[in-house]
Amino acid sequence: MAGGVLGEVAAPARSIDWAASLKEAALAAAVALVLFLPLIGMQIVRIEGGTGLQFRLGWVAIGVALVFVGRLLLILLGGRSADLLAAAARPFARLPQLLAPYSLWFGLAGVTFAFVLPFLPFADRYVVDVATTVLIYIMLGWGLNIVVGLAGLLDLGYVAFYAVGAYSYALLAIHFNLGFWECLPLAGLFAASFGVLLGFPVLRLRGDYLAIVTLGFGEIVRIVLLNWYPVTKGPDGLANIPRPTFFGMDFTRNPAEGETAFHEFFGLPYSGLHRVVFLYFLILILALITNAFVQRVRKLPIGRAWEALREDEIACRALGINPTNTKLTAFALGAMFGGFAGSFFATRQGFISPESFTFIESALILAIVVLGGMGSQIGVVLAALVLVLLPELGREFEQFRMLLFGAAMVGIMVWRPRGLLAHREPTIRLHPADAGSSP
Amino acid sequence: MTALLEVLHLTMRFGGLVAIDDLSFTAHDREITAIIGPNGAGKTTVFNCLTGFYKPTVGQLTFHGRGQPLLLERIDGFRIARAGVARTFQNIRLFGQMSVLENLIVAQHNALMRASGYTLLGVLGHPGYRKAEKAAIELARHWLDRIELTDRADWNAENLPYGQQRRLEIARAMCMEPKLLCLDEPAAGLNPRETAQLGDLLRTIRDDSGIGILLIEHDMGVVMGISDHIVVLDYGRKIADGKPDEVRRDPNVIKAYLGEPEEAPLPTPVKADLAEEGRL
Amino acid sequence: MPYFVQQLINGLTLGAMYGLIAIGYSMVYGIIGMINFAHGEIYMIGAFLTVICFSLLGMVGVTWVPLSLVMVLLVAMACTAAYGWTVERIAYRPLRGSFRLAPLISAIGMSIFLQNYVQLTQGATNKALPPVVIGGFVFGDASGFTITISYIQIFMILLTVVLMIGFSYLIASTPLGRAQRACQQDLVMAGLCGVNVDRTISLTFVMGAALAAVAGMMATLYYGVIDFYIGFVAGVKAFTAAVLGGIGSIPGAMLGGLALGLVEAFWSGYFATGYKDVAAFGILVLVLIFLPTGLLGKPEVEKV
Repeated sequence: MAGGVLGEVAAPARSIDWAASLKEAALAAAVALVLFLPLIGMQIVRIEGGTGLQFRLGWVAIGVALVFVGRLLLILLGGRSADLLAAAARPFARLPQLLAPYSLWFGLAGVTFAFVLPFLPFADRYVVDVATTVLIYIMLGWGLNIVVGLAGLLDLGYVAFYAVGAYSYALLAIHFNLGFWECLPLAGLFAASFGVLLGFPVLRLRGDYLAIVTLGFGEIVRIVLLNWYPVTKGPDGLANIPRPTFFGMDFTRNPAEGETAFHEFFGLPYSGLHRVVFLYFLILILALITNAFVQRVRKLPIGRAWEALREDEIACRALGINPTNTKLTAFALGAMFGGFAGSFFATRQGFISPESFTFIESALILAIVVLGGMGSQIGVVLAALVLVLLPELGREFEQFRMLLFGAAMVGIMVWRPRGLLAHREPTIRLHPADAGSSP
Repeated sequence: MTALLEVLHLTMRFGGLVAIDDLSFTAHDREITAIIGPNGAGKTTVFNCLTGFYKPTVGQLTFHGRGQPLLLERIDGFRIARAGVARTFQNIRLFGQMSVLENLIVAQHNALMRASGYTLLGVLGHPGYRKAEKAAIELARHWLDRIELTDRADWNAENLPYGQQRRLEIARAMCMEPKLLCLDEPAAGLNPRETAQLGDLLRTIRDDSGIGILLIEHDMGVVMGISDHIVVLDYGRKIADGKPDEVRRDPNVIKAYLGEPEEAPLPTPVKADLAEEGRL
Repeated sequence: MPYFVQQLINGLTLGAMYGLIAIGYSMVYGIIGMINFAHGEIYMIGAFLTVICFSLLGMVGVTWVPLSLVMVLLVAMACTAAYGWTVERIAYRPLRGSFRLAPLISAIGMSIFLQNYVQLTQGATNKALPPVVIGGFVFGDASGFTITISYIQIFMILLTVVLMIGFSYLIASTPLGRAQRACQQDLVMAGLCGVNVDRTISLTFVMGAALAAVAGMMATLYYGVIDFYIGFVAGVKAFTAAVLGGIGSIPGAMLGGLALGLVEAFWSGYFATGYKDVAAFGILVLVLIFLPTGLLGKPEVEKV
């Protein structure tokens, strides 16, 4: 198959029009020169009495040359870049569908791996920490998947619910001395109520408007957190958030008088890793619960109504489905899982500030959902791995991380607009999976 | 045979445009009532008023579905559907990315929602919900058999050919177990064989389930063949109302469709001008 | 009262900037129905180009202010327009006709990319431009409070008016404007009637970017300090302005920009400055709920 695809691209029997190709490439290079010359070629520097410029014309030359060669190669290889992209995507197009029958096995293998990961020889503190971060994003992705993937409501302010969860946990734990397990449901409840509160007025808006309003809402929450100093401590953030306990046992080296620490109870030598591993399992279980819930709800009338709403709201009304309530449940449930994840984040970090809840976070979570393939649970895992691990791997290129992140978002969308794993399995079948499936 | 829907003095204005002007008619159960008229006569607007997509400017729409009579102009669209008014759309509105079977299950949303204890029991895997879902699948299978789509139950609806999509939309409406079925040009785009099948399907629906059907259609073969009662609209006004044979001979109807019979045929451009001025 | 007038003038200045950015959103949304999320970054790039151009002119020794203003304006507009064109070509055109959310995600990615591109190439620190246009009219008042209208404010408002007149002429009376209006009605049909749709869309991005560059230049001259992050908030606010005015309508975008600028100026003048963004977003929500078509937008009839 792969060979055939390459053949298709290279094979067209046409003579290459060198003059036209070179002209086209030169044109691209000229545009690149205009783009690069001021911003790459000249850097604003502070000099005495004002601003001056530092010239880096060599870089511009390299950049322009790269664009020229790249454009020329693209033309020579396949004519239009869109065709080339389509050809590159073709082998993958059927992949999700081919894998679909085995998704249960993939899932099981993944979960098993996740459970043994902390005990594998290479799993040091750093690995478990990164894995915990990945899991937080997977959980957030699954939560947002309800809203975006299933109900088709574009939410650009999901991080607001994450923040509400985190701050409710922190405030409840600090002021009322409540433990993690008491706070968790409360935080979820608060976040869900926020979802309803926001959703009620805005859910009848059309898709793009909803997106921008939710974005605005996300920003409002952040600004309030920044300015409401007496409660949130503004930009200083909330510190000393109680850490979670294992059935009442702390993960400290020297527990308070009359209490037993985790390591003492199990007769283990004290290790800072215990808490890290415990947190890892905590988020793993929370994420799995989220997944189980979403999988289940998808097969319930409410889940089908979400998807139906995404497809055609007018038809839904004609079938007696209340669009507002249906959207509100999606919003509230999505928000609730965001809240859960938020309280986990708070207890894990021990410190939260508005800085952790910027628009970039919302964009990242949304990117995970959409890049994974809307509505696909495994797609979320894949996308979270890619988007969280790639920058992690590129730690040496710290400064290029976000640049690559943005480029990757554009690239993946152009390459596969419906996401990496865009295959929807019906929630119910009349015939067994192999027979009579869609062409 | 009892009155199912009574439309009284229905008027719908959009700004200065009067789309429906003082329309009254009655539709009965076990009958197919056709609403016909030239393009732009206001037929779809009648449907949109009936199913709550528009609020009528004036008028009373009484629906004798289940129990108490309901005034449709006063309630939300989705509640009208719950009360037993199902409809299809002129430009098919299926849930394209969902399977054929799922389309039919979504139509039973409200019954299933109750059975799933508004999701709470369903999440816990309550046996009552599983039973209800089985029953829903059975109902869906029944309609799939009737529209001959059982083999394609697991296809995505958007992948079906046009004629089958039309049939599926009717089956989806029927899965709501409505009292009144409103069909907006169900024969549009069908070939003659499919059109004939459609006629048979509608007749059996009327005879077997005892519901009323309200039909907007341009295909006079279908309308005259299966309707029990025809309402003719022209420029939003009712110009005739009666049995197919009566309507067929009605001079007003002939005039609306063919122009004045006694006048000499006009050259086409002149005709178009007159039509624009509302004189034809 | 003087305080009120002062805030009014400040609000108009601010509103002129928002309006110029908002036009870009409005035109793009009108034609291809997408929120060009990267438009705020285009404005930011315009601001950076302004600083670079002024510095360059300073180094070559062009010091006559009117000349340097015109030169900077032209260069910044042209170069920013090239960015607008490239963004459309790379991130949006391949996705035309694709699934609804794809262009928006791509736009968000583009926005993140551009922000970090500027941060990388220009450094993360604030860039300051020494004041170019200094002074203004000062009106005294018996109570001791004065109203200041700086020359730069006058320059900004005049420039906006001139651009708006030129722009309205362009849309109303040139073949390009006609093509744009046709595309706004129906992209496919416009194409079938011989309108070069790709070119029209490209030019829409180019014009939007050029106007954003003007706004970027104004912001640089007005505030004197810029950083790579200014695009995000300005972008969201300008989008709010576009929605407020009725998205797709160009006079609406300008009107929405002015309204938003005034609200913000008065809010900061009379209430808590920390919450001025909340006021802007709050207005957005309220407008969308109670006036979804905006001030000058055409009502959208739901087709059933």
